Formats: sequence, C-alpha cells, structure tokens
Amino acid sequence: MDALRLEHLRKTYPNGVQALRGIDLVVEEGDFFALLGPNGAGKTTTIGIITSLVNKTAGRVVVFDRDMDRQREAAKACIGVVPQEVNLAMFEKLIDIVIHQAGYYGVRPRLARQRAERYLKALHLWDRRHDIARNLSGGMKRRLMIARALMHEPRLLILDEPTAGVDIEIRRSMWEFMRAINDAGVTIILTTHYLEEAESLCRNVAIIDHGTIVEHDRMSRVLRKLQYETFILSLEQTVEAAPVLDGYPVRLRNEHEIEVEVSREQNVNRLFALLSEQGMIVHSIRNKANRLEELFLRLTERAGASETRP
Amino acid sequence: MTVGRGELDSDAPQSEIEAAQQSARTDEFGCVTGPAPMQSLLAVNLVGLRTIMRREIRRVTRIWVQTIVPPAITMTLYFVIFGSLIGRRIGEMDGLPYITYIAPGLIMMAVITNSFSNVVSSFFSAKLQLYLEELLVSPLSTATIVVGYMIGGIFRGLAVGVLVTVVALLFTRISVEHPLITLSVVVLVAAVFSLAGLLNAIFAKTFDDISIVPTFVLTPLTYLGGVFFSISLLAPPWQAAAMANPILYMVNAFRYGVLGVSDIPIGVAYALILGLLVALFLANMWLLTKGRGIRS
Repeated sequence: MDALRLEHLRKTYPNGVQALRGIDLVVEEGDFFALLGPNGAGKTTTIGIITSLVNKTAGRVVVFDRDMDRQREAAKACIGVVPQEVNLAMFEKLIDIVIHQAGYYGVRPRLARQRAERYLKALHLWDRRHDIARNLSGGMKRRLMIARALMHEPRLLILDEPTAGVDIEIRRSMWEFMRAINDAGVTIILTTHYLEEAESLCRNVAIIDHGTIVEHDRMSRVLRKLQYETFILSLEQTVEAAPVLDGYPVRLRNEHEIEVEVSREQNVNRLFALLSEQGMIVHSIRNKANRLEELFLRLTERAGASETRP
Repeated sequence: MTVGRGELDSDAPQSEIEAAQQSARTDEFGCVTGPAPMQSLLAVNLVGLRTIMRREIRRVTRIWVQTIVPPAITMTLYFVIFGSLIGRRIGEMDGLPYITYIAPGLIMMAVITNSFSNVVSSFFSAKLQLYLEELLVSPLSTATIVVGYMIGGIFRGLAVGVLVTVVALLFTRISVEHPLITLSVVVLVAAVFSLAGLLNAIFAKTFDDISIVPTFVLTPLTYLGGVFFSISLLAPPWQAAAMANPILYMVNAFRYGVLGVSDIPIGVAYALILGLLVALFLANMWLLTKGRGIRS
C-alpha cells in the first residue's frame, strides 16, 4: 500500500506565486523518504497541503488509501507532523502539551499518560515534564515536537527539518531515534538541509525545485547518477596557478589547495600520478561536498538553467 | 538540566515503540482496517472536545490573576461608585434601589466582556504562536474546535459572573425571581460572546485587531445597553436607537430573570440571543472550514 500519493498537486498563492506546478509523488509504506530542495522550492508547501495547513489549488492527496478531500478525518488520523517552525504552546508544561495532542486524536487520558511517559523518556525529556516549553533549549523543543507528533502513533510521520539548529551530537542521536521509529514500521518523510542526514537515513528521495519534482528515485540510484565528484586536494608545496592535468578540470582555491573534478570513469590513482609527475605531493584529500549535496546542486542548477533557457 | 547530550538511545525504547505502534493500529483510528467508522470518529471528537475544554479551562485557572481577579476588582469599583455612592442620590429605578437595579447589568457586563476576551485572546495566541496547528492537523471536526473554544469562553464568563455576583451580594440583597431564565440567559449570552470572540480572533492579524472590537464596539454597546438605566428614561428617538443594540435585550432578559423587571419582551430577547448564537456558530464554522485567517 502507498503511504502517500500526490497527484497533480498544484498551489498558487493569492499573490500569484506558483509554489507547486503539478507534483506527482508516491511514498511506499514503511519507507524512509527524503524530500529535498532549495529554499522556496515548494517542500514546506507540499507538507502544508498534506497536513491540511495549506489549501491546495488543484490535485489530490491520498494517505493510506484515504482521499484527503473525501475522508479527511481518517486521512489526518494517520499523519504525525513535526513542522519546521517551533509551534509549541510556550507556557504549557511538556506533559500537558503531549497529552493534549493525544487527546486531539481521540487517545484517552490514561493511554495518553502511558505514551507520554514512553516518548518523553525515549527522547530524554521525562525529567523536564513539569517545565514549561519556553524554558527548553532549542534542541529540546525539537525533541518535544517529535514526542508530540508520536503521541497518536501515526503511520506516516512527516519531519520538516527536525534537526535544524540542533548540534551534531544531538542530531546524530535523533537520527538513531528516527531509524528506530522507521524500523518499527512508521513511514517517514523527511525534509532537511543536512544532505548527509538524508543520505544516511533515507532509502528513497525526491528532489523538488521551482515547484516541480526534478528527481524521484531510490537514494542509491540517484547517487549513482552523479557523474562527477569534486575533491579538494591540499598540497605540501605552494602553487601560484592551477596545474594542467590531462582530463581533469582543475581550479586553484588558494596557494595550498586545488579543486579537481573527477568523473565516474576516471580514477583517483591516475590523478595522483599526474600530480606526482609535476612534483606535487598531496598532503590530504577531501570531498568538496557530500555526494548527495553535489548531485542536488547539479540537479537544481540544471533545472534552473533549463527554465531560463528561451 | 538533567538531560544528557547525545544520549538518545534507540535500542531501549524500540520494543516499546513497536508495541505501541501495533496497538495504535487497531484501536482509535482504524488506520489499517479501513476508513474509521462513524462511531470511532465520534469517539475521537468527544475525547478531543474534552481535551480542548480541559486545556481552555486550565488556561483560565492557570492565569487567574489575569483572567478572574481584574474583572472582580473593576466590578467592585462599579458597585462602590455607581451603586453605593452615586446610587444613593439617584434613589429608585423601576421600583428598585439603584444598586439592586444595576447589579444584573454589571454581572452581565462582566460575563460578556470575559467570555469574549477569553476566546479572542486564547485563539489569537494559539494562532500567533502557531500551536493552533496542533488542532488544525488533527482529525477533529471544525464543530468540535468551535464548541471547545466556546465552552472555554462560557467557563470564564460564568466564573467571573459568579464572582461578581458574590461582590454584588456584599452591597445589596438579590433574590433570583426566575432561576431557569437567569441561568439559560447567562449561559446563552456567554456562548454568543465566546463565538463573537472566536470570529474576531479568526480575522485578527495583530494585537491591535483583538483590542479594537472590545474597545470600540463591545464597551460602548454594553454601556448603552441598559446596564445603568432603563430605556424608559430616554426620549422616543433614542429609545428606538437603543432597541437596535442587541446587548440591551441580553441585559434586560437577565434582569428579568433576576429581578423580574424588563424593558423588552423576554421572548424577543430569547429569539435574538438564539439567532445570534446560530449565526455566529455557522459563521465560525464556515470561516474555519475555508481556512480563513488560519490556512494559506
């Protein structure tokens, strides 16, 4: 069964901005799905329509075979959402926030209290349950929003940049938690600006740009489409100009660093050999961006270029 | 702070999460077994309604210094100044001591302003701080949300009304002539102004927007709504103008319930209050369903 199906989804805001230009998207049940795109691409609008916070202009949203127009309540009951912006009742206690949320989904108080304990403990917020939300740190607020979204135990969990502003340590532990939720059978849709997060967690990916899906495939296949990787090489000696390396486009970053584009057909050993022939010793090598980031930039640049083409 | 950094451990909670996921799939929502049956959706809405009510009532009691105390102090001053000090010089009105005559009007004034301001501030805060989204993404029906906020407004209106009645009893003796009319009118009026507050909050974009209606509409209409005087004192053209003020009907209906005197027929007052109640309820339903002011 499809967890989510979007058909010809369009959104034009009253000011004339076309946020979505006919999106078709399928997310399979149990998937960990990444929805990526640059700022203003239409990710949050798409999520807003799925969660019914934004009115669509046209198209269809189906959640676990429930049409959002005809079986709205049943469809909404299956969705949990962690929005991009913190939307907590700042003067309410943590325990009240999560128990209220459960109540909005018909979870009775006794069961809600059990779940509150389970999820607040799992997200290490139980000791702070009698504090008001305003007194939490940014990372804790994000974790509280995740706990709140899980209170009705949704089958589809939508995480809109859940780790934004969270330091790397907490972020990685949140990844583990999200993996556990997904392993338990919950379909997850993740939007994020941390592309290594999507690469690490997600099996499938859609890349949205200017309101259209420019890529929709398995993460591994999408990454295989990456024709080039850019490496940054630190050299032991000082260089004044970019060396000419046969078959490898090179750019000088600074007097100790060069940037080299390596295609899938080429190998890095030959690159080292060419550098060695010119008497250059490589001190260290690193990726300019992670692979998904590189692909993402290429895809969105390509889409932008084709759009501006006459 | 007792929460450690980087210590979210997926291993421990996973079995519990799985167990909970399994139980959730077959109980409240019927997510796996097909569309939730009507009974199930009704149950969800009943629990949801109770949750909104509880949340709203707890909000009123949590910030009682802001919600309950100020109107009690204001009304005490009204009783002291208009009732006790000036009232002695005025003498009787409609055959009753002035302080007794104005008591129902002052109680109703407190109920009107507090039921209105409770919903307008609560809903607008939820909208402004975005936590209204908790409700909007939930499967609760629009009617449940409207009724939940309305009950919160009624609660505060009645709570303040009771307190003002206690204050009134310190200054004058009141014996309720028609208890059922008194109770029904006060509850219905609190409901009407709770819904009016919700309507205001739906349209409001700034804090100014939620203070304009109480300042420039509600307060003048209440003062001119027969709280302090009988319209029989007005010249005929002004009497006709006063009859266009819906608050006049509410104050008089309540005064009839408490004291047994009224400037207007009680049936007309009930019809007007019920008409307003239905109209405001439908308006709120329509606006929230369309997403006016809350969805882009």
